[in-house]
Amino acid sequence: LAHGAGGKAGRTLVEAVFLEAFRNPLLEPLADGAILAPGTSRERPDAERPVERSADGRVDQAASAPALAFTTDSYVVTPLFFPGGDIGDLAVNGTVNDLAMCGARPEHLSAAFILEEGFPIADLRRIAATMAEAARAAGVTIVTGDTKVVQRGKADGCYITTAGVGTVAPGVRLGASEVRPGDAVIVSGPIGEHGVTVMLARGGLDIEADDLVSDTAPLNGLTARLLDACPGRQVRCLRDATRGGVATVLNEVAQTAEVAVVVEEEAVPVRPSVRGACELLGIDPLYVACEGRMVAVVAGDRADAALAALRGHPLGEGAAVVGRIGEDPPGLVLLKTGFGGTRIVDLLVGDPLPRIC
Amino acid sequence: MRSCVRAEVRVDGVVQGVGFRPFVHRLATDLGLRGMVGNDECGVFIEVEGASGAVAAFVRAVRERPPPLAVVERVTSREIPVTGEPGFGIVASTGAGRGRALISPDVATCDDCLRELADPADRRFGYPFVNCTACGPRFTIVLSSPYDRAGTTMASFPMCEACAAEYHDPASRRFHAQPVCCPACGPRLRLVDAASREIPGDPFARAATLLRRGLVLAVKGIGGYHLAVRAGDGPAVAGLRARKRREDRPFALMAADLDAARRLCDVGPEEERLLTGRQRPIVLLGRRPDAAIAPAVAPGARSLGVMLPYSPLHHLLLRRFPEPIVLTSGNLSDEPIAYTDEAAFERLRGIADAFLTHDRPIHTRTDDSVVRVFRGRELPLRRSRGHVPSPLPLARGPRRPVLGCGAELKHTFCLAEGGRAFVSHHIGDLENYETLRSFVEGVRHFERLFGIRPAVVAHDLHPEYLSTKYALDREDAERVGVQHHHAHIASCLADNGARGPVIGVAFDGLGYGADGTLWGGEFLVAGLAGFRRAGHLAAVPLPGGAAAVRQPWRMAAAYLGGGAPRSLGVRARNAALWDAVVTMAGHGVNAPLTSSAGRLFDAVSAIVTGRDAVTYEGQAAVELEQLADPRERGAYPCRLLTAPAPAPAPARAPASPRAPTPAHAPTPTSDLGLAEVPEPSGGFAAEGRDLVEAALEDVLAGVAAPVVSARFHNGVARLILSGCLRVREDTGLTAVALSGGVFQNVLLLERACALLEDHGFTVLTHRRVPPNDGGISLGQVAVAAARQRRSGET
Ligand SMILES: [Fe+3]
Ligand SMILES: [Mg+2]
Ligand SMILES: [Zn+2]
Ligand SMILES: [Zn+2]
Repeated sequence: LAHGAGGKAGRTLVEAVFLEAFRNPLLEPLADGAILAPGTSRERPDAERPVERSADGRVDQAASAPALAFTTDSYVVTPLFFPGGDIGDLAVNGTVNDLAMCGARPEHLSAAFILEEGFPIADLRRIAATMAEAARAAGVTIVTGDTKVVQRGKADGCYITTAGVGTVAPGVRLGASEVRPGDAVIVSGPIGEHGVTVMLARGGLDIEADDLVSDTAPLNGLTARLLDACPGRQVRCLRDATRGGVATVLNEVAQTAEVAVVVEEEAVPVRPSVRGACELLGIDPLYVACEGRMVAVVAGDRADAALAALRGHPLGEGAAVVGRIGEDPPGLVLLKTGFGGTRIVDLLVGDPLPRIC
Repeated sequence: MRSCVRAEVRVDGVVQGVGFRPFVHRLATDLGLRGMVGNDECGVFIEVEGASGAVAAFVRAVRERPPPLAVVERVTSREIPVTGEPGFGIVASTGAGRGRALISPDVATCDDCLRELADPADRRFGYPFVNCTACGPRFTIVLSSPYDRAGTTMASFPMCEACAAEYHDPASRRFHAQPVCCPACGPRLRLVDAASREIPGDPFARAATLLRRGLVLAVKGIGGYHLAVRAGDGPAVAGLRARKRREDRPFALMAADLDAARRLCDVGPEEERLLTGRQRPIVLLGRRPDAAIAPAVAPGARSLGVMLPYSPLHHLLLRRFPEPIVLTSGNLSDEPIAYTDEAAFERLRGIADAFLTHDRPIHTRTDDSVVRVFRGRELPLRRSRGHVPSPLPLARGPRRPVLGCGAELKHTFCLAEGGRAFVSHHIGDLENYETLRSFVEGVRHFERLFGIRPAVVAHDLHPEYLSTKYALDREDAERVGVQHHHAHIASCLADNGARGPVIGVAFDGLGYGADGTLWGGEFLVAGLAGFRRAGHLAAVPLPGGAAAVRQPWRMAAAYLGGGAPRSLGVRARNAALWDAVVTMAGHGVNAPLTSSAGRLFDAVSAIVTGRDAVTYEGQAAVELEQLADPRERGAYPCRLLTAPAPAPAPARAPASPRAPTPAHAPTPTSDLGLAEVPEPSGGFAAEGRDLVEAALEDVLAGVAAPVVSARFHNGVARLILSGCLRVREDTGLTAVALSGGVFQNVLLLERACALLEDHGFTVLTHRRVPPNDGGISLGQVAVAAARQRRSGET
């Protein structure tokens, strides 16, 4: 289904249906999570305590008290178990990462399960154990939850929804609208590992690449280091490159900030095994999902400091500056190829289909 | 005088920049008429006064004997009051009117100018920018309408007295020739090295020396920069390939004259006409076995692309260096041709050793046109320099102006109003930013130049084409989705001035189908307004999507599967990935289904020619065609399987609320313009696998590759015949239109036409726009126009 692919179709569905129905200033940026400044309420978010709002509606957390970050996400994956992880890892790390991308310190999670009748209890135990381990690694606690069982055939084994809360330190303000020309674009490590691993597992493709495992990981340790190393809003924007991959994240940045994102193809870190698998599968690693990689946009003159901070963390060893923010052409992501060409890296409307005649 | 009258005469068509006003001046003066003539944005306006017989003769002559480059579309005259004003004058251009004047394409240097170029007594002797009203740059230098010097890139060169005198002399060949100039006042040629340092001496003599030494010369031509090397110099040609990163695609050649071309290739009468005509395209010609050129020019190809000099600069260069030269677009592989001096120096510095350049700016990048001859007639492969922006006539034009946004590769767009369709120059492959920009800016340029604001924007259904996305962003116009293969067939109909309904055979690489799958081997029952899919090649998976297009061996794997003998060349060469690709195909892992004919050619080419990976679009099929033994008459059989009647159900929901909804909704038959055509008894699928397996069997039995290739081509031609016979049985239709990139293959085209005609079909093929995606924009316009008419718009 095209609407699940994380590209333009997904956004338009959200905008057409949910934003229309739920419209409010906190939802409007359609970010990974919302930041609730102390005292904000649904009707009058500004009533108790005036807050500054940035261009994309994001609340400015400049005041002295920490704010609350809140997010939720549902997890659906086939197969449920794959090299390097399972749906349980994804459900914890995904929500932890959404909080981390808001600049928050993740604290507590909820977990809700929809199980298909007959789902093996052993598998459920395995998933629960993974979730517990992932929560421990991320330093969060799972504090509430729910379980529903639906008839056989009404669900695909197991779906998980997690929600999470975290705290945002005073002075942190992140968002694509903070991005400006001259900034540097960093990815935190080699891309595409999760998506390729799952695709190979799903297709029953047995290719010899031992290091091909999902990159699922909690990024809060990494973001904390980065924010420490580049204080005072030098980190403009953080995004985990999940569905639609790095290409989709960069397109969202380009469109929201109305800037050009210029990426050097040769600077994008891709492991040889991932590159090989992408060549076999005929997919572009830039569009492949990661579950433990992020894109960070930082002030141009802080790029080295940011890189050093990321590389000092085990999950950021492979971090690299992959491009720059430019002024022209606004709204587009351009890829400078090794030959000196300039390819447009566009937001996909649906599933990728060849465009060659 | 007893019958003195005054008439106002309007002339529409290509009448500016072609010596029309001097012609009118001479004609009026000869007939003893008084009055005036001028250009406006709509064409030429004239007032003549004198004896009524002379006025009538004047109007007749304007209609019947215009200057050679003029295309007179319409002459209207009406009587107005006599003024008694003496003499005949040429008045200044006016900016009035709606801006419909037509701009001439760029025209190859005329014989008169060539004589001056070679005449030591002439003040333009050896001057590389000589031109007149009968020749020279036009479209590439025009900035705005009306066509006047101030609206061209010549605006920055004030005329000297001598040039101004010619420019204002109605008796001169240069009367109102906008690019007129001479060594005293015009552009200046320079030869510089890669560091932009001027190389002293005569530029042409020095350039010839460089070519002789095997160096690469960047040459600024009419529509952009070319790269030149001596075609007989193997290392130089190979070096250019390496620097340009162009691995296999044949290079075009420029020969000094017709005789030199004949030493390289066999030149038939129509080919001679095309080579020496004023459009001067690259003509694909059969290569002579003794052609003295390096093998690296066109590795393994039986034909060569040859052109003759078309600007004074080329003439002078080839006079100094009379050997054939490679003259290929100045770019890196896949990039658009460089046309600004800045970009040329930046991008070609690592490729060219020296630049033969000048200071007359090129406003619109325009590639060389490419043609081949089929049945003694022009078959365009790329319609660009020399043709653009001449409008193509539309027998049934749109009621409201239409922009056809084209497809993605070999892109063109088309702006149409009334009975005229302005198909753009070749834009290139839209995936590059620079090409996308030329598309967007090109549309703006055409809209201004011709004063047409599209009310309707027609586009492909492929949601990822950048041209589709552009169209969906044009919120100032109504948007109309046109299925890719319908557009191909409609372009063939428009090209032939036909309306249909016809049996449309659209064979190409890939195009987005009305059901959301990838089509490309289609039998349509098609009119201009609508179509039904009557049959198609049986669908096969495309394992790896675009990767399967780049690697034809994957198509062999998709067709043959795991059962192919391990010893088979194509499987043995790709043993490491064969099974994985077969699994991908079987499990549908990034393996969309396609009915593409191009991919069928790819599969067979991988098996027969060993072409596992391609470096340019269509390479595997081109090589298979070049290989075929034309004497072989055997044909592989192919079954037509009856499939259930094609369901009108759309496979996907529209991608977004602003997506092209009409595209996906099943169109009621009454709206297709096909009401008179009976419903088909059921669709069919042609089992392409039969052809692949027959080729495999022959290859395993040791049959020579040229024979296998020919039998495959003949088999595809037979498949086309049987499909058309089936559709004729159901519908009674006897006219067939052949379109799509696969029909650039002249062997297949010839065999298919012959078979169809033998069986009583009339066959339409392309003559003015290419059968490949360069023709899509015209087809989109034709469809959008027909739909306006069907919906009863007035
Ligand atoms: Fe096509
Ligand atoms: Mg998420
Ligand atoms: Zn001339
Ligand atoms: Zn002059």
